[in-house]
Amino acid sequence: MKTSVVVFPGSNCDLDVVHAVRATLQTEASLVWHEDSELPEGTELVVLPGGFSYGDYLRCGAMAAKSRIIGAVRKHAERGLPLLGICNGFQVLTETGLLPGALLANRSLSFICDYCHVRVERNDTPFTCMYGKGQVLRIPIAHYEGLYFLPAADLDALEREGRVVFRYCSPEGDVDERFSPNGSLNGIAGVTNTRGNVLGMMPHPERAGESLLGSSDGAVLWRSLHKWLEGSLGK
Amino acid sequence: MKPDFREVGLKESEYRAIIKILGREPNTPELRILGVMWSEHCSYKSTRPLLAKFPNTGGAVVQGPGENAGIVDAGGGWGVAFKVESHNHPSAVAPFQGAATGVGGIIRDILAMGARPVATLDGLCLGDGNSAHTRSLAEGIVKGIAGYGNAVGVPTVGGKTIYDGCYNGNPLVNAMCVGIVPLDSVVSSKTAKPGQLAILVGSRTGRDGIAGAAFASSELTDDTRSSRPKIQIGDPFVEKLLIECCLDIHSRGLIVGMQDMGAAGITSSSSEIAAKSGTGIVIRSDLVPLREENMKPWEIALSESQERMLLIAEPENLPEIERTARKWELECAPIGEITDDGLFVIMDKDEMIVSLPAGMVGGSCPVLPWPSRKPAEKTIMQRTAAPSADQPGYILDQLLGMLGDPNLADKSEIYHQYDYMVQTNTVIPPGSGISVIRIRENGRLIGLTMEVDPWKCDIDPFTGAAETFLKALRPLWVSGAEHLAMTNCLNYPSPENPENFWVLSRSVEGFAAVARDLVCPVVSGNVSLYNESTGSRILPSPLVGVVGLYEKTENLLRESTLRDGDLIFLAGTSGATLNGSHLARRTGMEPISTPFDYLPEREVAFMRSALKTSRENLASSGRAIAGGGLLISMAKTCIASGRGIRLDIPVSAKLPELLFGEGGARALYSVPPSCENQFISAWSGIPVIRIGEAGGSELSMGTVMNIPLHHLEQIWRR
Amino acid sequence: MTFLVKILIFPKEGVLDTQGKAVARSLKRIGFEALNDVRVGKYIQVWLEAGNEAEAIAKAGSMCGELLVNNLIEDHRIEVERCGL
Repeated sequence: MKTSVVVFPGSNCDLDVVHAVRATLQTEASLVWHEDSELPEGTELVVLPGGFSYGDYLRCGAMAAKSRIIGAVRKHAERGLPLLGICNGFQVLTETGLLPGALLANRSLSFICDYCHVRVERNDTPFTCMYGKGQVLRIPIAHYEGLYFLPAADLDALEREGRVVFRYCSPEGDVDERFSPNGSLNGIAGVTNTRGNVLGMMPHPERAGESLLGSSDGAVLWRSLHKWLEGSLGK
Repeated sequence: MKPDFREVGLKESEYRAIIKILGREPNTPELRILGVMWSEHCSYKSTRPLLAKFPNTGGAVVQGPGENAGIVDAGGGWGVAFKVESHNHPSAVAPFQGAATGVGGIIRDILAMGARPVATLDGLCLGDGNSAHTRSLAEGIVKGIAGYGNAVGVPTVGGKTIYDGCYNGNPLVNAMCVGIVPLDSVVSSKTAKPGQLAILVGSRTGRDGIAGAAFASSELTDDTRSSRPKIQIGDPFVEKLLIECCLDIHSRGLIVGMQDMGAAGITSSSSEIAAKSGTGIVIRSDLVPLREENMKPWEIALSESQERMLLIAEPENLPEIERTARKWELECAPIGEITDDGLFVIMDKDEMIVSLPAGMVGGSCPVLPWPSRKPAEKTIMQRTAAPSADQPGYILDQLLGMLGDPNLADKSEIYHQYDYMVQTNTVIPPGSGISVIRIRENGRLIGLTMEVDPWKCDIDPFTGAAETFLKALRPLWVSGAEHLAMTNCLNYPSPENPENFWVLSRSVEGFAAVARDLVCPVVSGNVSLYNESTGSRILPSPLVGVVGLYEKTENLLRESTLRDGDLIFLAGTSGATLNGSHLARRTGMEPISTPFDYLPEREVAFMRSALKTSRENLASSGRAIAGGGLLISMAKTCIASGRGIRLDIPVSAKLPELLFGEGGARALYSVPPSCENQFISAWSGIPVIRIGEAGGSELSMGTVMNIPLHHLEQIWRR
Repeated sequence: MTFLVKILIFPKEGVLDTQGKAVARSLKRIGFEALNDVRVGKYIQVWLEAGNEAEAIAKAGSMCGELLVNNLIEDHRIEVERCGL
């Protein structure tokens, strides 16, 4: 799996993603500088990592969404190849318009770093094809702006189209406002585009890659991508 | 107009010494620069002879004090650089920015060693935990640490937070940073040579923080509280770029030296390089990129604008360094060069503004010999609310009261605001007596602890400081780590009071004794004096940070992994006493000036048995007993494990001491029945008693108490 | 000609304004009970060159559309003032 991880000034989970991909799949991932205009030849997966791109000044992800590399990232997504935005990367994707919605300040008005549980709502995407539908993952979040927002009508449409991939839940898988750490509407933790090849998620799969560190539930996401890419390329 | 020497913070004797060294009167900029560089904060003039008592070599030490941070050997060619530093005064005046820039400053100290910062820990001493003022101050400090640390991408993995009324007007913020560096590419500030360039990288220079070091060396008065312009503003985004840029430049061998610009900015960083390298340096103030107009050369030289580093490099490497800085969108300018005349010179275009011997600026100033006097003995302990074990409900009431006390209660409200997982190496996150991170580069785990115990230091500074240090060592041993070295921050009130100075001296001796006896050298540290404000001063608050190393990942023994059916053992000698304990403070017992036991040979024996226990996998969990004593440790273990313990301890008059006494090398272990004999033999020669069994969902003790875990947890989480 | 463009940005009606709510709670707590609503937004100053006021407004409008404002969650207002003479 040829993975490219975009580095914006202020990204700080870029190396963690590289490590997670390497530890899970024993393949290298390359770093791509935000000022480049092309992705490395043959890139199959693009990851926009977490962090504080441009200091998160103005609005989270807003300035990164105007970086030179975004043109190539957009083309990559248009070709139907997988594009994953994690945390700040999710914020960048909503700012580029590749995903709907916006991420607002947490209900608590505090940064929250903690483990939470999310339920896999769809396992027919490149990112989740090796999870079970309804499976509960224990996975960390670390953000100040993670409250997923969409105007009511758009939210209904999103739900109707089944574009919610992850939802905050209890350890048993129950979805309720109480289990949403940041106040996200409908407990939304991750959404995809209509085509299903662009995923934005606030939880950090790269931080749940080894049981030594507390959870390995996130590793399956990289394995899913690997499997999906092998399958789709074999077609 | 030339300021009076007193206005810049110098004493008359110091001013006379300056004239004697120079053979002339200093001019105005020179006077201002010496006022700052000879301040307590920059010069350690009150404590230098005391600090000389710290052993600082041997064991795993690669770099002792004298550089930006100390370094120990962590195996596989990798070193761990670490240091703790105070940012007390700025945090008292501007909690958010003060704490934030404290984190930024200590991260740059680690960076200056050529190390990648991989973890920070914070020691917070805050006022009365139940007051609204403390809560709002604490919120500012915590948000400052979070706002900076989270954005810069260095995980905040642990620390220590305590509350006491003595910190009401004088909160303490001590930040520790840990970095990793290949041992063959450690940066030194002692190797500059004439002809090399001094290059400034990072933010532009403004008037912020001018003479902040002098500010930190005086007592807080109502007047200084309004002195906000002196407070520096931090920009974690630029710091992140600065880290990546400097490591990028260093990894390509483009520099020979690097210094953080902390207190006294360009002046301290450049003069220290010259003094340590035995060279001179000339700084051209007109070449420094500025953010404000009409800054005077001395303002430029003393500005404490944040997020700047000084690089020393051969001239031919300048273009590549400039190119790298441009990539990271940072300012970069050659602002001076190393000379061979031993002078610290500031030029403004063709005009010489300052010319002083470098050793006088960035070396050492005369020591201030403060008088020292032992304080009168404290009053005898008043048994006003003497504990009586047979009084029904007494033990349970005290347990619940203490669990909900801000000092002992759950602190997740604080640490969940910190990103403690970024870099994906955090093995044991905040919330335990120890933090553990992995060094991916060599596959080893390191343990990090931080301790401060002002109450015990107040009762007896020598044994109180020793006990503080030991409290930081024991959790490492119990979890399976051997200690490597320590760093410390000496937080005290004014040394000019002879009794304060005696307390300071004795507690330094306490730290030194443990460092020597247990072979845990002191590799770095910081001193913060004058922590007093109108009407209040802090208790002696020496804080220690220790780094330990695990032989193997499998050796790590966690604190809260009780299993049903485990046998509960109390291991170690009871040196525990109620004197200075949480129980004594709760119940209003006055402390007495009785020294605590300091028996190094017992500590060594405890260490050996604890390490054997973890190495041979003889226990399923282990916890060094610390604040609040045995019963609090037990309650915390139960809550975190989600399992109960049935205690089997005979009721006796000694029960309060046993359950709530503090001090001494003791640990609580849960041992699978199959390991019982091996466990007992691992502890031969040391008292070890079986006190109960794990299981159920209550913490119970015969007729004394029987309390459901969810009730304990509710109180602990406040 | 140099113009000072003042851009006021605030959360759209119907968007959860957690900051505004928190500020409102605090204001009420300290005694300002007679308040209906609080919204917290931001204020951006831009100095720019333009031939006339209309051109300055148009330029500022493009800035808002392309970067400064997220139309999904934010409303904005532009005010222009000529600097110097």
